[in-house]
Amino acid sequence: MVAIGEPIIELKNIVKRFGNVEALTGVTMTVRKGEVLGLLGDNGAGKSTLVRTLAGVHAPTSGEVWVKGKLCSKWSPITARDAGIETVFQDRALAPQHSIVTNIFMGREITNALGLIDTKRQTEEAGRLMREIGFTSKVFSPDSVVGNLSGGERQGVAIARALYNNADVIVLDEPTTALSLTETQKVFRFVEAVKASGRTVIFIGHNIYHVYDIADRFFVIDRGREAFEGPKAAFTGADHLIQMMHQLAETGRADVGSLRQTA
Amino acid sequence: MTDTAAKPAIIDNRREQSPLRRFYARNGRAVNSFVAFVAVWLFFASQNWALFLIPGFYGSYLFSIPPSIILVTALVFVITAGEIDLAFPSIIGAGGGVFMSLLIWGLPVIPAAFVTLLAGALLGLGVGVVIVYGKISSLVATLGLSFFIVGIVNFLAQGRNLELRTAVGTWGNEFFVGKWNINGLQVPNHFFISLVWAVLMYVLFRYHRFGIRVQMVGDNPNSAKQMGINVELVRVGVFVLSAVAAALSGVILVQTANMVWFPLSGKAYLLPVLAAIFVGGTPVWGGIGTIWGAFFGALTIGLIPSGAVGAGFAGFWTEFIFGIVIIATMIVHRSSGTRLS
Repeated sequence: MVAIGEPIIELKNIVKRFGNVEALTGVTMTVRKGEVLGLLGDNGAGKSTLVRTLAGVHAPTSGEVWVKGKLCSKWSPITARDAGIETVFQDRALAPQHSIVTNIFMGREITNALGLIDTKRQTEEAGRLMREIGFTSKVFSPDSVVGNLSGGERQGVAIARALYNNADVIVLDEPTTALSLTETQKVFRFVEAVKASGRTVIFIGHNIYHVYDIADRFFVIDRGREAFEGPKAAFTGADHLIQMMHQLAETGRADVGSLRQTA
Repeated sequence: MTDTAAKPAIIDNRREQSPLRRFYARNGRAVNSFVAFVAVWLFFASQNWALFLIPGFYGSYLFSIPPSIILVTALVFVITAGEIDLAFPSIIGAGGGVFMSLLIWGLPVIPAAFVTLLAGALLGLGVGVVIVYGKISSLVATLGLSFFIVGIVNFLAQGRNLELRTAVGTWGNEFFVGKWNINGLQVPNHFFISLVWAVLMYVLFRYHRFGIRVQMVGDNPNSAKQMGINVELVRVGVFVLSAVAAALSGVILVQTANMVWFPLSGKAYLLPVLAAIFVGGTPVWGGIGTIWGAFFGALTIGLIPSGAVGAGFAGFWTEFIFGIVIIATMIVHRSSGTRLS
């Protein structure tokens, strides 16, 4: 068991090469249990490579992945899941013409020996997962069709599904992209509920305001390596974080201290 | 427990669906197909009540409809998976040929039928593998394979029919086409077989892992893949199922023709069966489908030829009425909505 605040995932000097291109040039990152870690970076900074590496989709070219104090020698989507890391990708991987329950159990239906689905248990389990993240409403039930839900609610389906295997770490890739303000608020509530349950969230976003609002700590990646890692307390506000991102884009260095004086 | 509870609720002024609306949202396409069937029957029957209320009038209907029911309910899986199968008529022919050859070789009816279904499954496996692992569009692939299979069957049969009159009336034959007289209506056993098959297909489609995965693959193959579903295997599976249904239809057709097999016996089923699936409410875009809708679709399409004649229309009106029914039901099915994305 990892205590709250202790490292749950440690990436050590992760390098990922695609042919001649070095997408990650040695990233060292610590994720602590129970936190919401905001992962930021410009387009092409290596953000999605890092997410895919966390999810096990990419195996690192070199470097070490430690989960709960153990070195993972093999790294694949299956080992990542077994280690308790569930990733909600940007496209959310939903079947819009089907119910919330069917989506939550996509690819891992609860069945008897004949392969017949235990509809009752699936519906109960889905309801429990939805309540756990506060994803409830009078207008939909586990039987509602996903295609009729709003963008934020669809994210709720994906998050509830990620919790099913009792995952310790939920990686959310751009969960608020293209969502309205209200919908973003909904997603934030799901994330807060996940955090309140003692789980860890890695929140990847384009919109710095969104990430600033929800995260406890930030990890900024630039040109394939970490440019900044620090708590929310290092910043006076979202604008301060944005200034740092500008500075990073212009100079390739992030120096929060120098900005605080001018901010 | 969390600070979310303290925050004001997000205003949501959508209304809760009534139970009736929810039922229609789930089953509307099947309900529409049933209504379409009743409407077509009423239209014909109203021309000649005396004839349409005699149970005996439906004897030939029940005798000829079972292959359509078997084929349509299996093809719902194919269409739902986002594929199409134009090869099933050729497999009906091939299946009938295998069955007849086995009978002539000396096998009794039931074992011969069983082996024929296995042969059908193998043929379907071949079709599925070519499509899925050859990465060919199923429309083109099954069109090609259909000619290919018909070609082989014709070559082997040398254009001749096969027959074995001595097998008529054996108990295995009675198992398939024996009749029960219910109030003057002759109900053949193969009609009951097709009902059992339809129930099996319904359970498989709605309550079995395979059927659910077929729907997931048709709805969004990328999502299905990401969630760990073996998309290729599911796709091959639907072609196996459709081929088994075709082989079973072949077995039945040979027996309804008094143990005579024609090499081209499946050919007539292609368009009516495809029409029945869509009249039955399974949409062309994949991801969702309805077995009972398809069942009523098959009943509707099957009723038109004899119904039109019974109602006093000259036989050549049949295709015209097919056209009207297909277009009209498509418009009705639109009330169940377009594709959700």
